[in-house]
Parts: sequence; C-alpha cells; structure tokens
Amino acid sequence: MTNLKSFALAGALVALPSLGLAQDAAGPSSAEFVWIMNTLLFLIGGFLVFFMAAGFAMLEGGLVRSKNVTMQMTKNIALFSLATLAYWAFGYNLMYPLGTWSVEGVLSGVFGPGVLEAVGVDLAGADDGEYASTGSDFFFQLMFCAATASIVSGALAERIKLWPFLIFVVILTGIIYPLQASWKWGGGFLDEAGFLDFAGSTVVHSVGGWAALTGAIILGPRLGKYKDGRVNPMPGSNLALATLGVFILWLGWFGFNGGSQLAMGTVGDIADVSRIFVNTNAAAAAGAIAALLLTQLLYKKPDLTMVLNGALAGLVSITAEPLTPSIGMATLIGAVGGIIVVITIPLLDKLKIDDVVGAIPVHLFAGIWGTIAVVLTNTDANLFTQLYSIVVVGAFTVVASAVVWFILKMTMGIRVSKEAEITGLDVAELGMEAYPEFAKG
Amino acid sequence: MKFIVATIKPFLLEDVREALVGIGIRGIMVTEIKGFGAQSGHTEIYRGAEYTVNYVPKMKLEIAAPDDMVDQIVSTITTSARTGKIGDGKVFVLDLQQAVRVRTGETGDDAL
Repeated sequence: MTNLKSFALAGALVALPSLGLAQDAAGPSSAEFVWIMNTLLFLIGGFLVFFMAAGFAMLEGGLVRSKNVTMQMTKNIALFSLATLAYWAFGYNLMYPLGTWSVEGVLSGVFGPGVLEAVGVDLAGADDGEYASTGSDFFFQLMFCAATASIVSGALAERIKLWPFLIFVVILTGIIYPLQASWKWGGGFLDEAGFLDFAGSTVVHSVGGWAALTGAIILGPRLGKYKDGRVNPMPGSNLALATLGVFILWLGWFGFNGGSQLAMGTVGDIADVSRIFVNTNAAAAAGAIAALLLTQLLYKKPDLTMVLNGALAGLVSITAEPLTPSIGMATLIGAVGGIIVVITIPLLDKLKIDDVVGAIPVHLFAGIWGTIAVVLTNTDANLFTQLYSIVVVGAFTVVASAVVWFILKMTMGIRVSKEAEITGLDVAELGMEAYPEFAKG
Repeated sequence: MKFIVATIKPFLLEDVREALVGIGIRGIMVTEIKGFGAQSGHTEIYRGAEYTVNYVPKMKLEIAAPDDMVDQIVSTITTSARTGKIGDGKVFVLDLQQAVRVRTGETGDDAL
C-alpha cells in the first residue's frame, strides 16, 4: 500500500509542470522574457551612458589649463546631478507624453515628475507590458539628457560663471532638450514626418552643439585668445586625462547607440545590438585615423587633441544610424566626421568663436553630417525630411538657448571678471586649486 | 674665493655633475631656469594655431670655489657640457666676498 502511495505521489509530481504552473517552475513566458531583456538592455546601456559623464569630465579637465580644472570638475558633477533632478521633475513627461498632447505633436500634456511602477510589479501591472520597465526607460533616457548638458560645459570653459551656467543647464535639461526630443522620440511631429535619428545625432548631439555655439558667441572668447588677428593657443593641462576621457566616452557610446535599439528579447534584436556595437566602434576608429592622417598632412605633425576629437566626431556621425550600415560604410561615415572636425576647428577660430574643447565641431557639425548620412544606408530616410528636422531642431535650440543666455547675461552676468579669468576660476571663484602643491602662490 | 655660475642644457646635468665630483667638488646648487640667447625659441602648433615658445629650458649651476680650483672647474664644465650646437650655455666667474658654514661657523676657504 505504501509503495502504491509513493508511486502515486511521484506520478503527481511529474504531472505538476503540465498543470499550468509551467511559468514558475520552468521560467518566464516568452512575453516576460522579451520584457526582461529589453529592461536589461536599458539598465546596462543606461549605466554605460552614465559613465560618459566621467568621460566628459576627464576630457574637459585635461583640455583646460590647470588653474581652471577644479571649476570644470565642479561644473561636470553639478550639471549631471541637476540634469537628473530636472529630468525627473519635469523633463521625462515633457518628452514622453505617450499620446497625451496639449498641442498635438508639439507640446506634451503631461506636466510633473516622473513616477515609477509599483515595487515587484508583474507583467500585467507594468506600464507597458510589451516594452520595458518604466524605471529602466526613465534611467536610460535620463542619461541621454545629461549627456546633452555635458556637451555645453566644454565649449564655454575657463570664463563662464558657475551659477548662471547651472541655471542654463536646468532649463536645457528640464525644458529645451525634452521638448525637442518629444517631437521625435516622444512621437511628435518630426517622427510623424518620417525623421530618422536612431540614437540622437540631432536630438542629443546637435542640440548640445547649438546650445554651446549660442553660448560661446554670447559669452565671448577667452581673454587674449584672439589678438591682433592672431590666434593664441592655450594648451590643455593634462593630455593623458583628455585621452582617458575619450576612451571612456567611446566605451559609453556602446550603451548610447546599442541601447537605442530599444529591444533585446529576440534573436533579431540582439543581433542588431551587436551590429550597432561593431559599427559604433568602426566609426570611432575611422574618425581618429582620419584626424591622425589629416593633421599629419596639414601640420607636418599629428595633433593628439584633434585625433581625440576625431574619434568622438566619428562616434557622433554614426549615432543617427548605427544599425543599417555595413562595417565599411560605418568606417566611411566616421572618417568623414574626423575630417570635418580637423577642418572646422581652425574655422571657428577664424570666426573668433572660442570653443575650448572642440565641442561644436564634434557634436554640432558632425551631428549634422551624421543626420544627413542616414540616407546613405537607410532607405526609409529621405534627405529633405532629415534636413528639415535639422533646421527645425536647430532653430528652436538656438532661439531658446539665446533667450536664456541673454536673460542670464542681463540679470546676473555670465562672464567672470577679467581678474578672475586671469587668476584662474579655481582660486577666484572656488578658492580651491586642483594642483595646490604646484601652485605659484 | 670665486662664485661660478653656469647655464647648461638640462640633459647634460648628470654628465657635468659626475665630471665635477670627479675633480673633487663636493657641492653644487642646481636651479631649473628658462631663458633665451642665440638659441631663441621655437614654434609649436596647437589645434591649427601656430605659436612661438620664446624661452628654452636650461639648468643653472652655482658653485662656490677656492681660487686655485676655478680654472679646473670652468674647463671641466665647458668640456662636459659642450655639444657643439647652439644653446650649449655660458659660464660666469664672480668674486665671492665671504662664505660661512652654518653648522660650525667656519669662514673663508674652510667653509667651501
């Protein structure tokens, strides 16, 4: 009798999986699997893009003079933190109205802070059971917003006041960036028009670039930079840090472009992510080599800072479409980016626009190129729509930024005093030197 | 007593030091300086903009010596610091009025 009972029990246990408890016993359903993988992509991509903040900080810190390093570091950590706050408080819902517009396709109808799903949510309770967790989506998109602000800090280094700059950052990350991003990634009118921008050559990079250009013009060049028709270089304090910064940015870009596939739960999607990684890397390398060769040709010696800018320009160039190109095309697209920065860096100097780190050539000019280059490999794109979107986003960003910069200039002033600029912002504004053991005083 | 001031190319510092120690010198003061002479500066290029670097780094040596060693010191420095190219430097000999050893209070040649 006991044997029969144990046989029956064993039989029942074997039959258990087929009783509809298959999910818990055998693993997630295919819908859950997709959702989990998408969420994972955003989390991983998100913290990779986060680390780009370190990249920007090191790049900028290395390219400014020693007397301004503390200030540059302060700006970088502050802007990132403020972007986090502003995007949560206002930007996220402004960027993703999820169909609830106050002005259709133009202005979100959802105002207020972002809110996550409940703790321990299940697929049925998720905000979007076919996408990814809201937390991961918010986290990932937040990093892109912060990256946009980082672009501005490099161009305006060594002569801008800290607090007006940070106020600009709050407005850029809370309003300007999310608003124009809603027109494309939020499903707005640019998206409806067929504009293609995979990871943000226009939405992120050119926006940062336009804001930087507008700021650089309104702020003015550093004292002594342009004198009697000559350009006076102000070499950076630490090229090893600058190089480290570029490698970190390069690494983060795998998350930036790879994460923008927005899906990883199918064979096709994850294969696409791998394509994106390869193309992203190829474009960066091509940009660096193009700059290496061109500076050797033009100046008889390669210029490391331009090679660094070249790699970044390659990355920005491929950002609008890192998926469809072949490796060869990605290489070509990146190389053109590298050529663009080598040519436009001295061009800005000719126009007396002082961009300390080359942010405008890298993010704006290469960003425009990257947006146009989409038509080379993606048949869904058309040149007119790409150009139209570049102009729309550009005009909006320039006007909005100019208004903010002018108001700040009129009210609190945006430029430090001549004495502070010459002494160095670290001592004059912060009372804290970056390299006190090597101080002259 | 004489005070010898010499400017030399920085990469030859160790050669000059070894040579001086070899003739019995037991103390040298070394300062990193920059300056220009016949070897004027050079041009660099940074992000497409040319600029002139007007100064060249040098090492300055200062040695207090008794009168009977001066000629030997001057020739040792000139021999060990010479490359034959512009910018090799100069040696100056000044009269030294007094020297005092801080630890013992000795003066004159005893202090050198």
